[in-house]
Amino acid sequence: MKRDLLLFISFSLLVMVAPQLFSGGYLMNVLVFVGINTMLAIALNLLLGYAGQISLGHAGFFGLGAYLSGILTATYGVNPWIAMPVAAVVVGCLAGLIGFPILKLKGHYLAMATLGLGIIMYIVFNETVELTGGPSGLSGIPNLKIAGVTFDSDVKNYYLIWGVTLAVMLFSLNLANSRVGRALRAVHDSEVAAQVLGVNARLLKVQIFALSAVISSLAGSLYAHTMTFISPASFGFNFSIELLTMVVIGGLGSIYGSFLGAALLTLLPEILRGANDYDIIIYGSLLIVMVMYMPGGLVRGIPILFRKIVRKGEGDHA
Amino acid sequence: MQFDQILQYTLSGLSTGAIYALIGIGFSIIYNATGIINFAQGEFVMLGGLLTLSCLELLNLPLWAAIPCAVAVSTVVGILFERLAIRPLRHPTPINLVIITIGGSILIRGLAMLVWGKDTHAIPPFSGDNPIAIGGATILPQHLWILAITLIIIIINKIYFYHTISGKAMRACSYNRRAAGLVGIDVKRMVLFSFIISSAMGAIAGIIIAPLTMTAYDVGVMIGLKGFCAAIIGGMSSGISTVIGGLILGVLESLGAGLISSGYKDAIAFIILLLILFIRPQGLFGKADSERV
Amino acid sequence: MLEVSGITQIFGGVTALDAVSFSMSKGDITGVIGPNGAGKTTLFNIITGIYHQTAGSVLLEGKDVSGFPPERLARLAMVRTFQNIELFGGMTVLENVMVGMHTGSSAGLLACALKTPWSISEERRIRNGARKWLEFAGIIDLADHTAGSLPFGKGRLLEIARALAVEPRIILMDEPAAGLNSQETVALAQLIKRIRALGITVVLVEHDMELVMDICDRIVVLNLGRKLAEGTPREIQGSPEVIAAYLGDDD
Repeated sequence: MKRDLLLFISFSLLVMVAPQLFSGGYLMNVLVFVGINTMLAIALNLLLGYAGQISLGHAGFFGLGAYLSGILTATYGVNPWIAMPVAAVVVGCLAGLIGFPILKLKGHYLAMATLGLGIIMYIVFNETVELTGGPSGLSGIPNLKIAGVTFDSDVKNYYLIWGVTLAVMLFSLNLANSRVGRALRAVHDSEVAAQVLGVNARLLKVQIFALSAVISSLAGSLYAHTMTFISPASFGFNFSIELLTMVVIGGLGSIYGSFLGAALLTLLPEILRGANDYDIIIYGSLLIVMVMYMPGGLVRGIPILFRKIVRKGEGDHA
Repeated sequence: MQFDQILQYTLSGLSTGAIYALIGIGFSIIYNATGIINFAQGEFVMLGGLLTLSCLELLNLPLWAAIPCAVAVSTVVGILFERLAIRPLRHPTPINLVIITIGGSILIRGLAMLVWGKDTHAIPPFSGDNPIAIGGATILPQHLWILAITLIIIIINKIYFYHTISGKAMRACSYNRRAAGLVGIDVKRMVLFSFIISSAMGAIAGIIIAPLTMTAYDVGVMIGLKGFCAAIIGGMSSGISTVIGGLILGVLESLGAGLISSGYKDAIAFIILLLILFIRPQGLFGKADSERV
Repeated sequence: MLEVSGITQIFGGVTALDAVSFSMSKGDITGVIGPNGAGKTTLFNIITGIYHQTAGSVLLEGKDVSGFPPERLARLAMVRTFQNIELFGGMTVLENVMVGMHTGSSAGLLACALKTPWSISEERRIRNGARKWLEFAGIIDLADHTAGSLPFGKGRLLEIARALAVEPRIILMDEPAAGLNSQETVALAQLIKRIRALGITVVLVEHDMELVMDICDRIVVLNLGRKLAEGTPREIQGSPEVIAAYLGDDD
């Protein structure tokens, strides 16, 4: 227990001082996105890594949160701090309702159904032009303000976003190591055994689905207020796959793994500046390679690899 | 809303539906032989079209030679996919299989983008584009090609699966893999065959529709999903049920797009998909199967 | 305590069970035996909510629980174990038993995520309770091992400890001696007797005749979907119909 707390505090400190190391500049902007993607990856991981339910439509909830916040604030002048929770509640209820029928499905069928759901949401974003602005997007979304401070620069947004991300991380870490977290993992390992012990698997899956959607919606709202402009292109099938890749690469069932995966996949395109078109090939290859050789993700695979190398080194000396 | 309009929508819906049927059968064949939903199925459709294009333009082959070439290369890609991504998988859990087939589909799409770029390309129709009048509606010769070729493939499929030894062996695998193995059927080979047949069918579907809808590196995603929808309506059968499923989907989509709204056209297929999965996951024609859900 | 009445199960043309009725008294260890294909596991799955019977009813402490899903039965203090142990392989031994204590606490999603003081004390209570059951089953020393790495015999004990953590009034075990060697079976017999000493009613489906005859208070014999005989071990051992059904070779 103590070790986990120490780890989290160290991580938080690192996050807090990072801007000093990369003061100003383009990287700040990227790090803001790492924060948003970490939140999204954690949301998906709770569902996929812990509860074992596949969702290929999570970009939809992200987009829903973004558009609800965006429309309420930009078009109807609602206070962002009211619009955000309203969006989260709406998305949560929607996910709860859809969750009951959809989570009866398993494996491939669940994957396809969530894929279909995500695409339907994307099409709605594109087609309800009067509300969302359609493919040209929605602009004029206000920045967030707290006590007179407007979050309109990269550094300020960094602290805002990461503040929320760290809170989400803590929330999820607590959940994972609790009675509910154990019940989730139990449902994942053997749903029938969990039921026999009194775990209401169906309800639990729906609850996690809804929680996952709420977190994604929150990320979406924050994204909208940071970018001040959103368009459907960011919320399509491709992004859902990107999120899946982040979770798989980082490590299913590991909160820090989600950060790793999100960081890697957000920074990678920046590092490979010139090779912009190669990114989907890399995602595809990464997915295949990771599932085959490192199914536990980097967060577990790297220590194992490290140990293997160390052992080999010792063997050579012997 | 005149009868002519409805006839028009229905006819064009039937031909798109035939394509969905072919792709759906491809999904079903692999699913029945292996229990895997091959997310990459749509990519073979894309490959069929683009490879034909290259055969025509780069190799200057005539159409009747380009098509078999394209199908052959697509099939090779299918074999490579099965060999490199599916067979070596050590923990074939549903999650891993989903992720690997998604990874494969992304990879194939990415490579296609490198080779053919992001533009859409056109392939010449097989026998010209003079419209043919039927009732108050018009169809193109390509529509007839689509329906004819689909029909031929379905007949060939039926003959293969019901009247040849290897076809029957594949059916045996789909009913009970263990038992099939125990009577001496090489299950691994059947898995390979299922990928071969599905990728070939996908490629052919892509080739026959390309003259109508143009082809590009990313056409595979949507059309693959719709083909999956057809398969679900048909209860994952590799026969007539999926064909009917595809036709129903194609016609509904076409009518919906024409009569209600064209922007939401793609949503129709997915709404149908969700409804079927929620209400009757065994498909319209299947028997209730408690394992599937 | 538990009564099955007129249970009939028809699977598309095959009558797996035909009007089976018997009752199991509180505090007893009841054994359900029968040759392969007698319908024991089917009956078991019906009682524990995994199948729905075609006809008949299951009464738990006088209440009709036919068709109740397993999680509801757990809250009515009925729990079961599986023949092919269904452990939560990715979790530790202790965590497995802690899941068993799930129904004993109501610390919900928000309370757990926000780590309220109440949820922290609940977590402590769950952990201590789980340790107690591991001690009872004699495997406390394996508490931090990964459940998936346990040898089969220990896994069997873990599954029982986990089921006991539900604090059931009745526990149904599906072939608990399957896969155990004679030493482990003896230890199992002791464990079951200690469970009975806690006042928990035990029902076993079993093939191991020595075990059954040794510990059961009453035995019900099924054959070909029907109840063949019912009585004390001595009565069953002496029954000509039972001997005929088994043709003497079973162990």
